[in-house]
This record gives sequence, structure tokens and C-alpha cells, in this order.
Amino acid sequence: MNMPRNGFPDTLVTAARALASGDFSSHELVSDCLARIEAGRHLNAFVSVDAERALAAASAADRRPADERGPLNGLPIAIKDIFCQTGVRTTAGSRMLENWRAPYDATVIERLTAAGAVLLGKTNMDEFAMGSSGENSYFGATRNPWNDRHVPGGSSSGSAAAVAAGMVPAALGTDTGGSIRQPAAFCGLTGLKPTYGRVSRWGMIAFASSLDQAGPMAWDADDLALLLNVMAGVDRRDSTSVDEVVPDYTAGLTTSIRGLRIGLPDDLLGDDVGAEVRATVEATRRVFEGLGATIVPVALPTALAGVPAYYVLAPAEASANLARFDGVRFGHRCADPKSLEDLYLRSRSEGFGAEVKRRILTGTYALSVGYYDAYYLQAQKIRRLIRDEFLAAFTQVDAILAPTTPSPAFALGEKTDDPVSMYLQDVFTIPANLAGIPGLSMPAGMSGDLPLGVQLLGPHFGEGTLLTLAHAFQQETDHHLRRPGAAA
Amino acid sequence: MSQWETVIGLEVHVQLATASKIFSGAPNRFGAEPNRQASAVDLGLPGVLPVLNEAVVHMAIRFGLAVDAEIAPVTQFARKNYFYPDLPKGYQISQLDHPIVGRGHLDIIVAGKDGDTVKTVGITRAHLEEDAGKSIHDQVPGLTAVDLNRAGTPLLEIVSEPDLRSSAEAVAYLRELHAIIRDLGISDGNMNEGSMRCDANVSIRPRGEEKLGTRTEIKNLNSFRYLEKAIEFEVERQQEILEAGGRIKQETRLYDSERNETRSMRSKEEAEDYRYFPDPDLLPVTITPAQIEAVRAAMPELPRARRERFVQQYGLSTYDSRMVASDHGTAAYFEACVAVAGDAKLTANWVMGELASVLNREEKEIGAAPVSPEALGTLISRILDDTISSKIAKTVFEIMVTEGGGADAIIEARGLRQMSDSGELERLVDSVVADNPDQVAQYRAGKTKLLGYFVGQIMKATGGKANPGQLNELLRARLDGDT
Repeated sequence: MNMPRNGFPDTLVTAARALASGDFSSHELVSDCLARIEAGRHLNAFVSVDAERALAAASAADRRPADERGPLNGLPIAIKDIFCQTGVRTTAGSRMLENWRAPYDATVIERLTAAGAVLLGKTNMDEFAMGSSGENSYFGATRNPWNDRHVPGGSSSGSAAAVAAGMVPAALGTDTGGSIRQPAAFCGLTGLKPTYGRVSRWGMIAFASSLDQAGPMAWDADDLALLLNVMAGVDRRDSTSVDEVVPDYTAGLTTSIRGLRIGLPDDLLGDDVGAEVRATVEATRRVFEGLGATIVPVALPTALAGVPAYYVLAPAEASANLARFDGVRFGHRCADPKSLEDLYLRSRSEGFGAEVKRRILTGTYALSVGYYDAYYLQAQKIRRLIRDEFLAAFTQVDAILAPTTPSPAFALGEKTDDPVSMYLQDVFTIPANLAGIPGLSMPAGMSGDLPLGVQLLGPHFGEGTLLTLAHAFQQETDHHLRRPGAAA
Repeated sequence: MSQWETVIGLEVHVQLATASKIFSGAPNRFGAEPNRQASAVDLGLPGVLPVLNEAVVHMAIRFGLAVDAEIAPVTQFARKNYFYPDLPKGYQISQLDHPIVGRGHLDIIVAGKDGDTVKTVGITRAHLEEDAGKSIHDQVPGLTAVDLNRAGTPLLEIVSEPDLRSSAEAVAYLRELHAIIRDLGISDGNMNEGSMRCDANVSIRPRGEEKLGTRTEIKNLNSFRYLEKAIEFEVERQQEILEAGGRIKQETRLYDSERNETRSMRSKEEAEDYRYFPDPDLLPVTITPAQIEAVRAAMPELPRARRERFVQQYGLSTYDSRMVASDHGTAAYFEACVAVAGDAKLTANWVMGELASVLNREEKEIGAAPVSPEALGTLISRILDDTISSKIAKTVFEIMVTEGGGADAIIEARGLRQMSDSGELERLVDSVVADNPDQVAQYRAGKTKLLGYFVGQIMKATGGKANPGQLNELLRARLDGDT
């Protein structure tokens, strides 16, 4: 059983059940969440909290007639501050958008709201989703609730910390190179990056458009299934969203995994993987074998070349995506511009942080005349190879088991002066983004007081299988039931 | 003949007449209050995404078929990156590789001393892109204003090969393009409002030389006349430089119509690196053969076919046919007019002559002509049935233009019906012969040019109403016969 705090369950599914049986109201649940957000301010998980609006939404949910209640009626959810939402500022963790208010709601916000969810506030994040530690936010670093001298991972740092600290049962993140899965692993959560095109990107501030994908973060697979049911589906406002049937992920959770084939890629378990991580993957494999799955070796020889390819492609796309922040129409504008060039130069110099500038410069360089072929096109070729290797592997297996990160959460400040070491945090998560396939991270062990995660990768639109596998694993183990501060 | 040969290629931007913009649902209309027709997508707000308007694909295919071009089976959009206040996203969605329309060609008619000749001009490609907004420098003192209504207007950029050899050929090419896009109904082609804009790449080389000279690109050519003037100015400028032993600098130049000159805007060294790359927000567009065939089946008659038909059907000369059949609106007017008037040649003369000069004077399009084609047809038929002379018809036409009303009513009300009563005319001839014995004597002595004098006298007396054919006949009979 999930550990309740103050008598309130901390997962969506259990809270929904308690709400339905009248154990407490949404207003009471949301009030408790707000109190916990207040108590956990030192974690810096939220950029904006609109308590008044959240309580009003909770009361409205409580009053809603039973036949009008959606699947998330009255359930509190936190939103990464990269999704446009009316009535509250949308900052993307940047000074550039410190006070920007979106005049429209992102598609996922519309869908969650229509399903009855109570949106508590906007969570902290690495600026424009660029970072793997939560330290690149204009609003300050987020801390890991398991050990507040450590990072929660990034870029969905605030979403991970908010759930792990029990402030909210679930949160939305986005994942361009691992930004849902890596913080989920660092914070002992289950997090899903869906297939590229599964969830609409409309209203999600773009980092790297061909890689960005929104997904849920929570304690377990059951909550992810509940959220994905609401979030997934084609959207005519996003041409890259795919018109593919959305199955009932919750109904699929209890499907037997007996006979499923799980690939184990030696290429992702080389010398750079720490002993604890390797042991965690090994233990997970044994659990799956015990549940009747077959483990099959698969080859992903190009996967590790994903990091350099990603750090060409993602910055290249970002350099164009972030060009609109020019001080002309919205966002930060420097004081007293002397000329057009001065307006651009100072607005952007003042508005963007160091990592964002680094990536804009890298991306601009990679697209320039004389370098485009050597960098951008070469990186696209690697991307194609990685995708082809996954497609080949998925002709043999139903899913692939791999580490999520090379190590547990590192200390705050440990890697801030070494961008390449920071970039290598994403070595196991990036391949899924490049291939466009879904990836799920779930807790599978501990390293001292810090959680360790493993990753399940699936074929395009294979989210259902990943959730089924995670659910089966979580029925068998209790890693997902561990909470920070609780006795081990 | 000059020792220099001029080489010109044109890049023509055509705004497509869709109901909504190329990547958003905002209306695509000219002339609204500033910044009132720009949606979140057009403003490039954080989080927005473009969705391709299918109508532009259809229109581009129509154009491609009209110039016998290859239509790409898969076409892709790319981002063209540069900073400018009227470019909201900091990049323009355009096409680089895989443009929707590939290589094609267009026949143009070049008027020469020895009559018209047909020349085939290569079309390199035509691609789709979004228009930028407008920077307005003269409305707010000391500041630049930005109007984003135009941002996201669909454009088809048509690039020609450097096949044009004179300003006249360049104008003929642009006119033919203009006629085609209007026939296709893909643009109103209104150059004043920027629906059709033209840049010219101009270079010169010694006659006989194969290698192209260094070119300059001239921007801002928003009328046929400016295109002609700008090329002429630029060719002369380049000749002067080369003949003085200088070199042409590759650069972009702006045409200033008030001073009739081109001015340097930026040199090649200052040219931007646009860092094109495929737009990840838009998937490649697949165009099936069936889609192309469906468009082909619905193609309207194009200028070239119509010119040929007018020669066949109406017996017009190729010159007359070119004048009235090239432009969609003129051709429609002509056909409605001739249906009433009956005589094609006379109708063509009226449409090209009197009507054209009135339109020119009043700065009106033929679609807004002050006299309907049917009304003009009736007027012409009154010449043909001898009710009025051609000369009187011009007076009647002027009244129709300025005061309105039909030809018959004006003729009746003002008593302009021509005098065809031979008895009346004979009396007039008698009296003019009697009154001018000296002139009669001179005429009969061989100064037959004086016939015009007698005609003039009688016209004066009748207020121009005498039937001129009949009058000539009577006068000649009287002067030549009665010795």
C-alpha cells in the first residue's frame, strides 16, 4: 500500500478511489497539497502556485455531478512551467519570460482540465528545458527531496521534486533527451516519455521540435496510464502528432507479461556504467525472468553515438526556436535600446542564461555554411542509424531494458563547470528521443539514500507494453513504494 | 548593336489568394487595421505550431501544370533564419531542397520590328513560403512600426532561368506570368498592393561571351514600368563601370522609383547566412499522381490557348489577339462585348483604344470599367448599322463614361443620329458646291485633296452627323461627274 501522509494517499489512483468513496473532498486534498508545497519551499520545486484558483477548481470538482466527472476529477496535478496556461505566467525557467502570460492553453492543459484535474501550479525547470540537473533555472536550482544537497535531475526538476516530496501525486514533464526519465530516476519516480507524436506539442514551448515530447511523472505505472489516457491523441494543431488509436492504458496494465521478450543491450551496459547501476539492471532482469519474460541480447552499436548527434541536432533546432525571443513582441526587452542591433543584443544577452546561450551558439555554428554537412547532416545520419537499429531490435523483442542514468543523483554544483560531463548524463536516454520511441524509467534500487532507476524502451506506440511491464514489476517489488525520509 | 549583352533572371513573389494564411487560420486579406489579422501563430508566440493550409499546395500545383513543370512527389519546408522586427519567429518558413514546383518553362511574346516572336523562358523552380510582416518607417516619428497582418500570407516564389535578354523581354515575361496567375485564380496579381512583387538579377557580358558577368539583384520592383526602368538604369550603370575598366560588385540594390536609380543595399560580404534546415514542425508533404491529375482536369484556359482561340474563333490578327486575349479580365470583357456588337475587329479596336485610354485615365482595372461590355457592344453595333459614325460614337462613349446611360438613349436625346437621307445630303452638297466655286475649280484642276475640305464644311454644318461614307460618295459623284 502507498504510504499516506496526513491521511491522504499520494497517488492519483488511490486518491481517486478515496474521493469517489467520500473519504475526503478534493478541496481537502488540494489544501493538503498546498500546505505541503508551502512546507517544502526550500526545495524550490514551484515557480508559480495559484492556491486560490486551485482551491476554486477543487470545489468545482467536488460539486460536479457524478455523470459529468472526468477520469481526473478533483485530482491535483502540477505542470512543468514550459506548458502555456492562461491565468498564470509561463516562464520556461527563463528571465526572458519572467512575466510572460500566455493568451492560450496548451492542448495537454485543455485535456487535463476537461478531465477534471486541478492544476496546482507551474514547476521549476532548467531554462528552456536545457539541462540535466535543475540548476539552469533563472528561478534558482531545485533540490532533491531524498537528499537536498543533491540535484533532482532535469530538466523537469520541479515536477520530479514536487511529486517526490509528496506535494502533488503527479506532474507533467517534457523529455527532449531524457528530461522526464532522468529526474524520475533521481527522485525514485516512474516517468514516461511517450512516442514522438503521441502527445500534442501545441502550447509546449519548443526546445528541439523533432525531439520534444510531453509525458507524465508519478510514483507508479498505474498513475502514468491514467494520465496518458487523457493526454494522448492526435491534435490538428500539431502536424507532427499522429492519428494512431489510443488504447485504454489502464485496462492494459494487468495483461500478462509471460512470454514477452525483453532485449538486453550489451552496448548500453559497458564500462561507463557504475557497479550499482549494473547490479540494479541485473536484479530487474531477474524479476522479469521470474515473471515469465524471456531475456534476449540485442545490439545497439550506434546508440552511444547519440550524445554527440543530439548535441548537434537539439541545439540546431533550438537556435531557430529561440530566435523569436528578440525583445520586439514579448518577453524581456532591454532598457533604452539605442538601435535595433542593440535591442537584440542586450535583450537576448540579459534574457538568456549561460547554458541557453551555449546551445544557441553551438546550434548556430552547426547550421552555418561550411559546417552544415559536417555537423548537422552527419548527426542526422547517426540519428537514422540509431532509429534503424531500434527498429531491427524490435523485430526480435517487445521491449528493451537499460539503465536510465550512469549513476544516482549527483551533488548540487558537482557538474556545473563541466558541460560535457553533464551532457553525458543523458547517454542512455537520448537514443529513445533520436529514434522517436517511448521510454519509461522506474525505480529499481537504492544507492545509499538516493534512488536508482532502470529504463524500458519500446517500439513506436508501444507505451502500453512498457506500462504493462512496469506494472507487473511493481506488483512484484516495492521500489516504487519508497518515500524520501521514510525508514528504509 | 551594343557590344554588350544583357542577362536577366527574375524572382517573382506571388501572394496566393487563399481564404486563410499559409500556416494559421487567420484571414488572408489586405488592408485591415494594423495587427488585427495576426493570430498567435502569425505572431510567433511561444508554444505555437504551424499547420499547412492545403489550399496552397493545390494552387502551387495549378501553377506548376500551367508552366509544364515537374511537380515534386515529396515537398518539404525549411526554416530560413534571420533577425528582423517584422519576421516574428526569427525565421521564415520557406523551401530550399525539394520545392513543390521543379523545372518548367513559359513562352513569352516579344514584340520586335519584324513583328512578334515567341521565346521560351526557363523556369528554375517555384516554392511556397510565408510572407513577413511590414516595417513602417514613416508613421511614428523616430520609431519603426511593425504591422504583422501580412505575416503568414502564402507566397509562391517563381524563379526564372537567366534567359531574358532585355528589359522588354523581362516585362513580357512578367506580364505573361501575371496573366497566368490571374487565369489560374491563384492571385489577384495586384502589384500596387504587393500581391505580385519582383526582384531582378541583372548582369551584362560582351556579346559572344558565354561566361555570365557578375550580377546584381535589384529589389522593390512593384510595377511593370519600374521593372523596365530599373533594368535599363542598371544595365547602363554596369556598362559605364565596365567600359571605364571597373568591376561589378555582387550586391543587392534597391530601386528608387522617384529618382529612377538603383542604390546599393548590401554587398555579398554582408549577405546573411540563412542557415536553412528542414522545419521539424512540418512533415514532408506527399503529392500523389492522382492529386496532380485532379488539378489538371480542372485547369482553366490559359493565355496562350486563348490567344490561339481568338485568332481561330474571331478571326483576329495575332497582334489584336495578343492585346485582348492575354489578360483574363480584358478577354472576358472582349467576349461579352463582341457577343453584342458582332464585329470582332472593330470590338478589339474599341477595347484596346477608347476603353483602354479611359481606364488608363481613371486608373481603373477592366473589371471596374465605367461602361459595361454589353453597353459598349450596343454602341459598336450602332456604328455597324450606320445609326452613328465612328466619330460620333466616340462622343457618345465619352458621355456614357462621364454621365452614364445607354448608347441609344444618348443618341436620341442629343439628336446624334447620323444623316443618311440622300435628299437632304444632296441639298447640302449642292449648296457647298455653289458656295465655293474657287475650290471646286481647283479640285477639278486635279487638287483632289480638297475633297476633305468639302466634307469638313458639310460636317460643320451638320454637327458631324452626316453619314461620312454616303457623303463622300455624293461629293465625289458631284465634283467628278458634273463638269
